[in-house]
Amino acid sequence: MTCEELLKALNDYIDDESVLAICQDFAEHLAGCNPCQVVVDNIRKTILLYQAGEPYPMPPEFQARCRQALREQWKKKFPNAQI
Amino acid sequence: MTDSLSAIASRPGAPNPSEVGAAAHEQELLRRAQQGDFTAFEGLVDRFQPRVYSLARRILGQAQDAEDVTQQTFLSLIEHIDQFRGQSAVATWVLRIATNHALKVLRKRRGLPTVALETSVEPEDSYASLPHPEFIAQWKDNPANLAENKELRQLLDAAIAELDERYRMVFVLRDIEGLSVRETAETLGLTEANTKVRLLRARLQLRERLTRALGDEATRVVPDHAHR
Repeated sequence: MTCEELLKALNDYIDDESVLAICQDFAEHLAGCNPCQVVVDNIRKTILLYQAGEPYPMPPEFQARCRQALREQWKKKFPNAQI
Repeated sequence: MTDSLSAIASRPGAPNPSEVGAAAHEQELLRRAQQGDFTAFEGLVDRFQPRVYSLARRILGQAQDAEDVTQQTFLSLIEHIDQFRGQSAVATWVLRIATNHALKVLRKRRGLPTVALETSVEPEDSYASLPHPEFIAQWKDNPANLAENKELRQLLDAAIAELDERYRMVFVLRDIEGLSVRETAETLGLTEANTKVRLLRARLQLRERLTRALGDEATRVVPDHAHR
């Protein structure tokens, strides 16, 4: 397996390391290729950073406006509902 | 942020018990909302509104459109609330609706009809000519410490904004929101194979961009693309 071929199989490995068990070529290449090891590590860290990002703060005036619009829509959908 | 990093780092592929509990609670809120309980619906809004808004901000890149998409998402939820049958998690259903509204905005921006997503296989949807990693180096710090960096947000926002929108959508849904490849593909009207290629392109491009900013030059290694 070449670095190029490893690149194409990278997603499956990033998402589920157990695929190595069924891909001996991948495992052998990765074990002996420092650049590919670093790329895999970089990608894992990249995903981790994005997953850990805080939600964007919502403007309070938008939240109030949105809640009012939802309340009005709810009354139309459920005319007998208590709000 | 560090705590959330720890939670993610310790999370295996399967949902953990607290996620299962949260999903059950969301199903219960939805069931009550379907019977006309507005308080239960507000509970769903409280849970999902920040997530929907953030998803829309990341996909669309600006606040006003993200607000519109967020409001439209929950209005659609009311309109179609009786159609939810529990085939997927409530979160997945809400994110699909939000993504569809975001896609409409993107298509409108490009002057295209607001229905039907592209399903064709474009050259970029194959593994041919994948961008090779060029700047390969260990990062100067680990993600937990980096997450404390106030400038990181700007870097992450800029990097994701530079992605082609086709790749950005897949990355946001799969890697940030945690949808499966199949759910991501169904949401975007793509095949799973196309979804995987787009995801790989997004991951490679973001890796390159972030490593150039966060990588330790002293540990840089030169790639040998023909290495066997």
